[in-house]
Amino acid sequence: MMALPQAKTDALQARTATLTAQGTGWLGSARRDAEARLAAMGLPGKRDEYWRYTDPTSLTQEAPVPAALFDAGDEAPAFDGIDAVKLVFVDGVFDAAQSDDPSLAGVEITHLSAADGLDIHWARELYGVLEARGQNPVQRPLATLNTAYATEGFLIRATGKAAMPISFLYHHRSETSDALIHHCIKLDAGAELTVLENGPGAARFTKVMEVDVADGARFHHIRAQGRDHERRAATHVFSRIGEKALFKSFTLTANGCLTRNEQIIELVGDDGVAHVAGAAVGDGTFHHDDTVFVTHAALRCESRQVFKKVLKNGAVGVFQGKILVKQGAQKTDGYQISQSLLLDGDSQFLAKPELEIYADDVKCSHGSTSGAIDETALFYLQSRGVPKRVAQSLLVLAFLAEAIDEIEDETIAEDIRSRLEGWLQRHEH
Amino acid sequence: MLEIKNLHVKLEEEDKVILKGVDLKIGAGEVHAIMGPNGSGKSTLSYVLSGRDGYEVTEGSATLEGEELLEMEPEERAAAGLFLAFQYPVEIPGVGNMTFLRTAVNAQRKARGEEELSAGDFLKVVRAKAKTLKIDADMLKRPVNVGFSGGEKKRNEILQMAMLEPKMCILDETDSGLDVDAMKLVSEGVNALRDEGRSFLVITHYQRLLDHIKPDFVHIMAAGRIIKSGGPELALEVENNGYADLLAEAE
Repeated sequence: MMALPQAKTDALQARTATLTAQGTGWLGSARRDAEARLAAMGLPGKRDEYWRYTDPTSLTQEAPVPAALFDAGDEAPAFDGIDAVKLVFVDGVFDAAQSDDPSLAGVEITHLSAADGLDIHWARELYGVLEARGQNPVQRPLATLNTAYATEGFLIRATGKAAMPISFLYHHRSETSDALIHHCIKLDAGAELTVLENGPGAARFTKVMEVDVADGARFHHIRAQGRDHERRAATHVFSRIGEKALFKSFTLTANGCLTRNEQIIELVGDDGVAHVAGAAVGDGTFHHDDTVFVTHAALRCESRQVFKKVLKNGAVGVFQGKILVKQGAQKTDGYQISQSLLLDGDSQFLAKPELEIYADDVKCSHGSTSGAIDETALFYLQSRGVPKRVAQSLLVLAFLAEAIDEIEDETIAEDIRSRLEGWLQRHEH
Repeated sequence: MLEIKNLHVKLEEEDKVILKGVDLKIGAGEVHAIMGPNGSGKSTLSYVLSGRDGYEVTEGSATLEGEELLEMEPEERAAAGLFLAFQYPVEIPGVGNMTFLRTAVNAQRKARGEEELSAGDFLKVVRAKAKTLKIDADMLKRPVNVGFSGGEKKRNEILQMAMLEPKMCILDETDSGLDVDAMKLVSEGVNALRDEGRSFLVITHYQRLLDHIKPDFVHIMAAGRIIKSGGPELALEVENNGYADLLAEAE
């Protein structure tokens, strides 16, 4: 293996100076394995092709950039009205006192701190495993860093239909917090689970979620990333989807001066379904990056990527999305759309859609557009008596609708919709 | 009801004058038709009255029941009682027809200081009105005008008119793109709304729409002016002889 340039080694040492790969059991060895992999690749740099549109410096530098806290006023937190088992993290540290009893969800659930000494055989086959698989063909060192050093997070196994959704709340309370959270979620054949996530997490938040969806299982993930504008986040969801299994993930983002959400999806069983969607609304120094890699490795699988961004005042949106159809993955149905609504001339949308196909009987499509509010539609609404501001909100919501429609649970979708409506009305988009 | 005086309009972005002194007075309960060759300024007149961007009024006025329309935002004109049935109704993906109708109805009620309609009451009214226009539940659920046929779009315009109950309705080439049956249906919808408190301005190329919606007055527009006004017989004259004679007469 080629040695890293000295500058990269130094940067990695600075970033990980206060971190150690903890544990003496199976988890400890998984962490040390990741640490070795990380040492070989180093951290991402500005010149890396995969980071061409998003500067990783603030994610890789020694200490996080301090981030002011956000006051949401009287707005209820996302998913507040949804019946779920709430698990609360404050600046990346689990707070049992503020949380519900995890066992109420009707799943096996263990905090990482207790896992090292237990022989949780399913987790050994998952922790760091999907993350390591997802390093090819593109390296994702921040995920590896997380695998090596995260001490916070849960191992969750659903063996049947979960009694309730699990709802993670990530509070940001310290302006200099630096959080690493790593969850592993395993759905046995036929199991069903919904995971909700809400909140900014920390001043700097590096997150990994590994999800193994076995045959016939159904996994739903809905996330709202908090409105703290100054926070920075790099999140990764690695998923493996079995035969006739379903994986659905939706993310709502408003604000955030740096967000990089990576989704690495592998369809390994025939007739699997994976849908990922995102709706992002940003203003000013908002920078939002969706990076998605979907691999079709089985017959008749369906994947959808639906990403929509509303940008103004110089906000930047990035989309890097790839569909890889492996040899033999016939009858693949892949769809990808990334669109931006630019509310003024200062904002930017950078999109890199990619298809790489090695099977000859597949249906794959991708589209990417940038546009302004449709003035004709605006006038039509106004001519019917709808005030301009309301008309604009309606059109913005209409633009985001295709992404929000990816949420299967109507109550949760409505929560997201009404939240967006409230923001738009307050912010005079 | 509507009084237009010496209206001059040019395009905002070009030095092109489109309306060159239009005078028109429409009384309460009257139906007026404007006919004229292509490019005479008929559609521009309807857009300027409803407040579309891109036009500059250089002279003149337009009042609705004494209130100056040209100073108002499009939504204020709508709340004041003006309605334009579009020649090309706009498709709005992602906005449900029902949401659109309810938002519009309630926005106008709010602007007029009236109580908003409850979801239940609204539904009852809209279902009844949709039925007479043969608009089914599916059309109400779908996004505004998306995937509608030409006839469905025009029926949807009339449904909006029926829901909003404006005082002054402008129909801009509502007959374009309609087959005979659709034209009949749309006309019946319009005729059902005729009453002494509501006025209509029907813009059309052809006499045949006026067989269904019978006007009290007909005006011929050419080169940005109304060059001749008369009764329904004027429309027949155009139908039989074309515009050439009238244009020559006006020169």
